[in-house]
Amino acid sequence: MYSFEVDKPGSVEAAVAALQIEEAMALGGGQTLIPTLKQRLASPSRLVSLAGIAEMKGVSAVDGVVTIGGGTPHATVAREAAGAYPALAALAGNIGDPAVRNRGTIGGSLANNDPAACYPSAALASGATIVTSSREIAADDYFQGMFTTALHEGEIVTAVRFPVPQAASYQKFEQPASRFALVGVFLARFAEGVRVAVTGASEDGVFRWSEAEEALNKEFRADALTGLAIAPENMIADLHGTKEYRAHLVSVMTKRAIRAVG
Amino acid sequence: MSEVRIVVNGVERVGVVEGRTLLSGFLRDGLGLTGTHVGCDTSQCGACVVHVDGQAVKSCTMFAVEADGRSVDTIEGQAAPDGTLNAIQQAFQDHHGLQCGFCTPGMVMSAAALLKENPTPGEAEIREYLEGNLCRCTGYHNIVKAILAASGQDVAAIAAE
Repeated sequence: MYSFEVDKPGSVEAAVAALQIEEAMALGGGQTLIPTLKQRLASPSRLVSLAGIAEMKGVSAVDGVVTIGGGTPHATVAREAAGAYPALAALAGNIGDPAVRNRGTIGGSLANNDPAACYPSAALASGATIVTSSREIAADDYFQGMFTTALHEGEIVTAVRFPVPQAASYQKFEQPASRFALVGVFLARFAEGVRVAVTGASEDGVFRWSEAEEALNKEFRADALTGLAIAPENMIADLHGTKEYRAHLVSVMTKRAIRAVG
Repeated sequence: MSEVRIVVNGVERVGVVEGRTLLSGFLRDGLGLTGTHVGCDTSQCGACVVHVDGQAVKSCTMFAVEADGRSVDTIEGQAAPDGTLNAIQQAFQDHHGLQCGFCTPGMVMSAAALLKENPTPGEAEIREYLEGNLCRCTGYHNIVKAILAASGQDVAAIAAE
């Protein structure tokens, strides 16, 4: 790692001020950033640790909306959201491994927007609102491609508000070495309609499978997807799977999610 | 450079660290507590697992300054002062839960964290909890047996695979 200073502000306001310094970067749980720094793929002059900001932690459920502080670790979400939003809690409880879940945070995951991360699919399928240090962003506007979001320089994800669907399921086909999603499908069924978000598959990052949503809004059963297919062109290809393999998995995992929701 | 105060295995330790000093580095190089192993340095292997405020974390993927003012437990604090092994360590010995021993500190610390959350985990729960701890010698079977035994459960029921 290159050398850097670490700031530990106690409030969002102080963190935003600290991030004004040139080449400063926010440090959430560090489960992605620290390995990145070790490989010298980033060289911040200063890290601004968000871990000491109490207002950015915790899970609450009010009037059908689950709000999670941006600095809340996955293990806490797995425990505390289990009653209000079980599919979201199950997703959080299957990220990485237990030690990673004790450090990694939802805000960090959404700010990084790894194309194979789990949380972006939940946020997009739930129609969540990303609350930042300066504004509120709808999930449909927030995710803008692989590792790319609507966040400005120095903007911090302080909370995420998830409308709780009538039923939901996250189906993850896990890449066993990294424990990231080779393909993950989050399906959320609301009174207004079904939303299907896919992670791990596309070179453009998380996306909504709108054809599947339309089909499921007409008829909510796995057979409704018959004849629908994802075009392999924009899928990710790597040593773990070809474009065609991932495109196929999207259908398989979506059908599993439909059956799980029932 | 900044000063950190960390209660390590019940004793307050003070050190001066760089921003980039990892908790694993502070423990090993700063305090000489080399029982915390660094296997991969990429947060995959789990040999460096310690407890921070009672929770399992990978000490190679946390900065020492982030542990300032907190309590850290390492493998060195697990046995009694006279060297008597704790129940988990003893079960690893009794059930041949280690061969080369490199992964063992992390395995024992992960097992301790699991048993605190779930005092009588089933075999599948143990295997799932150890997803972030790699062992290249044992094939995990005897580690799972050791953790079952440490939690007071019958180990005869699990057949070798």
